[in-house]
Amino acid sequence: MSDTGYHPEELLIAVIARMLEGCGHIAVGVSSPIPGSAALLRRQLDGGRTKVSIIGSELPEFRTDGGIDLFDCAGQGRIDAFFLSGGQIDGQANINLVGVGDYPRQKVRWSGSFGSAYLYFTVPRVILFREEHTPRVLVDKVDFISAPGVSPPNVHRPGGPVGLVTTRCLFSFDPAHGRFRLESVHPGHTVAEVKAETGFAFDCPESVPDTPAPDARILQLVRETVAPQIADAYPKFARRLWNVASAA
Amino acid sequence: MTDLLDTDLDALVARIPDGAKLVVFKAEGGAVAMAATRALVRRGTRDLHVVTAPTSGLQADLLIGAGCVATIETSGVTLSEFGQAPRFGAAVKAGSIRIVDSTCPAVYAGLQAGQKGIPFVPLRGLIGSDIVAFRDDYRIIDNPYRQDDPIVAIPAIVPDYALFHVPLADRAGNVWLGRQTELKVLAQAARHSLVTAERLYDGNLLEDDRLAPATVSSLYVDAVAVAPHGAWPYGMTGEYAADEDHMAEYASLAATGEGFAAYLDRYVNGEAAAAAE
Repeated sequence: MSDTGYHPEELLIAVIARMLEGCGHIAVGVSSPIPGSAALLRRQLDGGRTKVSIIGSELPEFRTDGGIDLFDCAGQGRIDAFFLSGGQIDGQANINLVGVGDYPRQKVRWSGSFGSAYLYFTVPRVILFREEHTPRVLVDKVDFISAPGVSPPNVHRPGGPVGLVTTRCLFSFDPAHGRFRLESVHPGHTVAEVKAETGFAFDCPESVPDTPAPDARILQLVRETVAPQIADAYPKFARRLWNVASAA
Repeated sequence: MTDLLDTDLDALVARIPDGAKLVVFKAEGGAVAMAATRALVRRGTRDLHVVTAPTSGLQADLLIGAGCVATIETSGVTLSEFGQAPRFGAAVKAGSIRIVDSTCPAVYAGLQAGQKGIPFVPLRGLIGSDIVAFRDDYRIIDNPYRQDDPIVAIPAIVPDYALFHVPLADRAGNVWLGRQTELKVLAQAARHSLVTAERLYDGNLLEDDRLAPATVSSLYVDAVAVAPHGAWPYGMTGEYAADEDHMAEYASLAATGEGFAAYLDRYVNGEAAAAAE
């Protein structure tokens, strides 16, 4: 833990939980321990009313009935929020999960697009999350569009990106203009640093506030209630941060 | 009653010819027929068109590294918390396999079209993705019921073979899927299903009202081999946990061609040698 009294991950969990306010059903995909913790925190803040589905969880209240169920659910509009990431993310919120260089014989190949090309269109509130905030990740143009940030008006698209959270800052996304806007900078980071480490152009107001630090109540909820719940799907993460084992 | 139980894994995988279109299931949940996959590698099967439903990990990486694969059609190949799939990445970089990129719901939709015996299904999303741009079999069509509403047509996927692992099989060739009921889509879309089972069920699975709903009838099953620990080093829900040390060892060895060859010697070819002793 740093001298702030909280883990950097706990700040990100609190930031994302704020962005999830008002959601009835939040789904969490693979490799998403921080977004998953944020969804569980949101549920606690809402008195347990929010439904959270976590791929990979064996706990009955969070488990899903597999991929077909998840995608059908999203197609019908039954999922309010989801999380996506990218090996590259560009200024128009296009994401690339496929690789670097000319497709198909790329110099770096990542896993693949997973469900992004569908969920980015069907889930109303998609939060982009990537811890690494460098010009190699946040690029001007992605090398491969796994899923586009914006679509022409005739394309059926109830969903799309609302913002991007990194270890340095929070951006919001405006689909009408296809641009990110810097909303807040996390404690210990600066606007100048964000500008230097971002490979795309973005809107930046004259005064950018600091991201609020998580308060004592939030930290208590995360550590006492969320930690054992997320430990079921992400045991290594929960052990490293909180030394907590699964509630299952 | 036909006895669909093959004597061993080698006889099971010998049914898959070179060049076959083979569908395999995602890594989560323990339905990955890893013992059969190692038998397939030992047999030296070549030129497979592997469809991952909808993703894969160690299984696809092992088949690619061993030279069994000509084409991989996938939404993602990854060793998850153990990192990128190294042999998959190396093969794409070298151009030694053809990569057909997809997205998870499109793979499911294509298999469901195969299951129904229809030529395609429409699917939302995808428009503007380079997945569509690089696939000439995904077509953007007009919604026939509404003006100016483009939608993507996903063609049916009809694999020659499905290969997966289940908890139980009976002597009649019925197989019980446990929680992995999505396997029904694979079994019914593919022309032939080859199944490994953790153990034999004494009786007929379709006679038990609790087991029957998650049972695939022998109508869809060509052959079954009993393979205890058949998902290892993956885990199996309700049976055993994943072997994390082994997964880490694979990830580390498969990072290089030489390391991967050592892995094959030790755990794939070595497995047959140990069994023969």
